[in-house]
Amino acid sequence: MSQGYKAASSGLGGIEAYHRHIRFKGLLLCALAVLTFLLALICVNAGTAKINPMQVLKTILGGGGEKDYIVIWRIRMPRVVSALVAGAGLSVAGCVMQNTLKNPLASPSTLGISSAATFGANIAIIAFGAGTILSTAGDPVSINNPYLVTVCAFICSMGAVLIILFLARLRGFSPESIVLAGVALSSIFGAGTTLLQYFAPDILIAAAIFWTFGDLARASWNEVLIMSVTVAGCLIFFFFQRWNYNALSNGEETAKGLGVNAQRVRFWGLLLSSLITAVTVSFLGMIGFIGLLGPQIMRRIIGDDHRFLIPASALAGSIILLAADTLARVVISPAVLPVGAVTSVFGGPMFLYMLIRGRRGRA
Amino acid sequence: MKLEVQGLCFGYSGRRVLNNISFSVASGDCAAILGTNGVGKSTLLKCLNRILRCQEGRICIGGADIRGLDGNELARRIGYVAQTSRFADTTVFDAVLLGRKPYIKWDATRRDLELAQGVLERLSLSEYAMRSVNELSGGEMQKVAIARALAQQPDVLLFDEPTSNLDLKNQLEVIRIIREIVRESDMAAIVTMHDLNLALRFAGKFIMLRNGEIYAAGGPEILTAESIRDVYGVDVAIEAYGGSKVVIPR
Ligand SMILES: Nc1ncnc2c1ncn2[C@@H]1O[C@H](COP(=O)(O)OP(=O)(O)O)[C@@H](O)[C@H]1O
Ligand SMILES: [Mg+2]
Repeated sequence: MSQGYKAASSGLGGIEAYHRHIRFKGLLLCALAVLTFLLALICVNAGTAKINPMQVLKTILGGGGEKDYIVIWRIRMPRVVSALVAGAGLSVAGCVMQNTLKNPLASPSTLGISSAATFGANIAIIAFGAGTILSTAGDPVSINNPYLVTVCAFICSMGAVLIILFLARLRGFSPESIVLAGVALSSIFGAGTTLLQYFAPDILIAAAIFWTFGDLARASWNEVLIMSVTVAGCLIFFFFQRWNYNALSNGEETAKGLGVNAQRVRFWGLLLSSLITAVTVSFLGMIGFIGLLGPQIMRRIIGDDHRFLIPASALAGSIILLAADTLARVVISPAVLPVGAVTSVFGGPMFLYMLIRGRRGRA
Repeated sequence: MKLEVQGLCFGYSGRRVLNNISFSVASGDCAAILGTNGVGKSTLLKCLNRILRCQEGRICIGGADIRGLDGNELARRIGYVAQTSRFADTTVFDAVLLGRKPYIKWDATRRDLELAQGVLERLSLSEYAMRSVNELSGGEMQKVAIARALAQQPDVLLFDEPTSNLDLKNQLEVIRIIREIVRESDMAAIVTMHDLNLALRFAGKFIMLRNGEIYAAGGPEILTAESIRDVYGVDVAIEAYGGSKVVIPR
């Protein structure tokens, strides 16, 4: 087909400027990756057991003593990998939800999935007796059947996901109706949790509430593996959809005009970001604000281009969670705060600050 | 390449808006869809582009039924510019480059970039290339939306009130550019317009809608005082001015 406008032959200024712009974003991604790696190293080094960095390195590479081996490989590494994976997953889930729900405030907790997981954990702890208090030193509250708790939390959260998708289907996936359904589900599961706790003995309530604080130390290698596979698979899928998300950011009609099957893209985006949420919340408990902070910070720096926004959000999420976890371990050391508390305590004000300080374009 | 519409019917949840619409547009044509507000002009454009799926009838482009085409394939043949466009928070260049999406496999190629740049130059937008789209004025945004559709290189371009946000100079410039491109590159353009005089300057073919049906279709000769009274319910005088018609409301 002949074209009325020539491909630009002169004045390639625009293309060069575009390349500069892209290079900047690429460099930013590299910088974030380096930062993530350094933070991960710091995290492996931080802890109550004093092991010097050389020793840590030696242990990671296969040498080192048995005690160091256990501390590093059984305790610290699963925790660091959890932080990397959950941070990246929750942050990208937030990014995708903000896109598919056309709502800058959408995040993994918007759709009631976390409330559903909490409800499931409460059932396991209170109704099925999976939690009790250990009076020994160490954890003041402990859950004696973490496996059952995780499974119940996961079943409930996936239930919530299915309900949402079903309701959404009925209303043709209008983003408003999905957000409203999420609000409704949140309050229903919240009410269920309250009822359960009302009739439960104090000890079990304590265990249930303890579960709610997100905690990276909870995951063992098996769980870390399940989480990693899920998150990695979803992230790769999301990355392949990046042009579709870019089109959808311009509104549904424009996206359809560009050949995007908006409903299908929305459906899979929602399903997989909910899956990430369900898995991480079930394994680690509630970790708030990552899905809001990660993508929102990055969107302000690199704009609404999902080619870069998705990897940048992933790295930002990992960085935030690693930093929060390190903080959680040093603030009242040797005691450790649950990381969910740290992200909420710092995330809320930080988010407010971001909103007040400036909106580059729209939020 | 020809766009053919046969017996198209469409209704929103049961309420019929369009009834038995048939017309065709060939390459090089500029067609204007005319009618009062709410008659279904925008709805018709969206049906042509499968944004809305028509309940009855056939729409064929180049002989192929659009129901059988996949999204990208359809987008390579038909481009659409909505009445008001919302933009993601990107640069103007990125916004226009997105028009290449139906062709992009993994990432934009050199040629995609050159086409985007070419369209920007054509619409005198190149100085804005690296500015944020959402910092532009309404009219400039409209031009960016048009640039994106042109970068899409479709065979048929659909514009929903393309000039409604533009000042007089830009209205004339935009319709001139659309006309030139349509003529040079053998595309077809279908435009909804409410300004009859602008439509007369722009189009060679007119489709007048009334009550969801085609009242009249054809060349400028169908725009008469009588047909305008029937379609818009206003009395007008039609004068000849410099070789073309001018509609003057009484
Ligand atoms: N999404 C919708 N749902 C229901 N009715 C609609 C919708 N969009 C438009 N309509 C109705 O369809 C008719 C045609 O609308 P439209 O195509 O926008 O008219 P025009 O573009 O000619 O002004 C109007 O009566 C309008 O109220
Ligand atoms: Mg309209």
